[in-house]
Amino acid sequence: MSTTVAEKMRIIHDPKRPTIDDYVNTLLDHFVELHGDRFYADDAAICAGIGTLAGIPVTVIGHRKGKTTEGNLAANFGMPHPEGYRKALRLAHQAEKFGRPVICIVDTPGAFCGIGAEERGQGEAIARSLAEFMNLRTPVISIVTGEGGSGGALALAVADRVLMLENAIYSVISPRGCASILWKDASRELEAAERLRITADDLLEFGVIESIINEGANVASLMRNVKRALLENIQYLQEEPLDVLLQKRYEKFRKVGVFNEI
Amino acid sequence: MLIDLFKKTRDSSMQMKKYTVSAPKPDITCKRCGTVLQANNYGRNLYVCPSCGLYGRLFARTRIKLTVDKDSFQELWGNLETANPLNFEGYEDKIRTLQEKTRMREAVVTGVCTIGGIKTCIGVMDSHFLMASMGSVVGEKLTRLFEYAAAEHLPAVVFTASGGARMHEGIFSLLQMAKVSAAVAKHSQAGGLYITVLTDPTTGGVTASFASLGDIILAEPHATIGFAGRRVIEGTIGETLPEDFQSAEFLQSHGFCDKIVPRNQMKRTLEELLRLHQTPKKPKRQVKKA
Repeated sequence: MSTTVAEKMRIIHDPKRPTIDDYVNTLLDHFVELHGDRFYADDAAICAGIGTLAGIPVTVIGHRKGKTTEGNLAANFGMPHPEGYRKALRLAHQAEKFGRPVICIVDTPGAFCGIGAEERGQGEAIARSLAEFMNLRTPVISIVTGEGGSGGALALAVADRVLMLENAIYSVISPRGCASILWKDASRELEAAERLRITADDLLEFGVIESIINEGANVASLMRNVKRALLENIQYLQEEPLDVLLQKRYEKFRKVGVFNEI
Repeated sequence: MLIDLFKKTRDSSMQMKKYTVSAPKPDITCKRCGTVLQANNYGRNLYVCPSCGLYGRLFARTRIKLTVDKDSFQELWGNLETANPLNFEGYEDKIRTLQEKTRMREAVVTGVCTIGGIKTCIGVMDSHFLMASMGSVVGEKLTRLFEYAAAEHLPAVVFTASGGARMHEGIFSLLQMAKVSAAVAKHSQAGGLYITVLTDPTTGGVTASFASLGDIILAEPHATIGFAGRRVIEGTIGETLPEDFQSAEFLQSHGFCDKIVPRNQMKRTLEELLRLHQTPKKPKRQVKKA
């Protein structure tokens, strides 16, 4: 019944795995993609725009992966540059202004590591995203649909509800990176994946996500379940007064951590 | 070379010379230029090599001594101790060994002090402790520091240094970034001043959270500061990066650091900035005039 980490990692890397384009096209009516951070460039690794979910206007922001090599190259394999996070934040603030809920679709190996990313402040872009999503005065729901890779994923996962698809993973470091730092041996990737406790079941047990979405037998059932989960949560969150919503969001992240007081 | 110092977890940038017998404090050899220095002179020079200018990485207790008014530091939350939430093999032993070696309980020291007579919350990260990686204890202590500073209307100064996340604590480590950033935002909304001092090395999840959120961001000269590790980037692009890449100077020229401050001017600079954010005390002057 339970799928091993190894199988999950294979499933989420399957080229047929739904991407952000599938989610916005299947779940939303009238999706309009919006581009650019207004400072530097448009980052193709982040897809963002507005549409309606069962009649409710929403802003959707997510990492973009392709299904082909060309698609992946164009989207930089879902690894954003700082301008991607700045675009995300711009559209999150736009959603706040117009009272739209924000839906984040998280699927990235991590924020991009490169010269341009450093020159334009990858660290600053992610940091600002964390601080500002925490205080965004509109409901935010994040779904980790594939890979939740480190700070590059967390930048889109400061939310009132963090949900995971049953085969998704969410980790502080890629299992490969962990193995090569810890044992100087990247081939021990699967062993590291197990030690790091990165599956949806693990994270639900730790209390750091709210729920797991079953994927069902096929893409259609996956989409149906995602839609149901989104609608349930949006309706619930929209009834919360904003001050209460923000207070609860703060408390939710505030309590994370395991330590002893002696 | 600076690059070689980056991954060092055990030593500071200066290494004890092993074979000195007579002197009470052994001489120290600069790792970069090889100059042999008397320990006392090195300390008097604030652990900066007088020959090549290399900044030694400081222990938190040394940093505090060099920064705060004499005897003003009161440690807070020093009783927090690391747990092992993932039952990660070898983690507890590693922490115990480091505690004995560094005489610290964890990688950050937090508390209150006065700097130039101004009451200030201070946090100092120490790269000698598992590269000052951020686990639950580091995240919790800094969060408490900012919450306390917000409640007491105090400014906060944090000296950052970190290799990034504490992977032994998995997702708990990652989420400390969000937790501390939230507390920084809370302190900021309450009108509090937050000064970040970036020291060598500040990278990864710490750069991508509270280190980049200061109202004023200072840095020590030549400190390595960045998001991704240098070798990771070199691996991605397949070429060697210039030496000043991800230096404090690089950061300043790209607009991510307000001011580079030499170590011997740090206390004075902090005093000045803190004083500029003090609300003027009116009553006394009026009394004098009357």
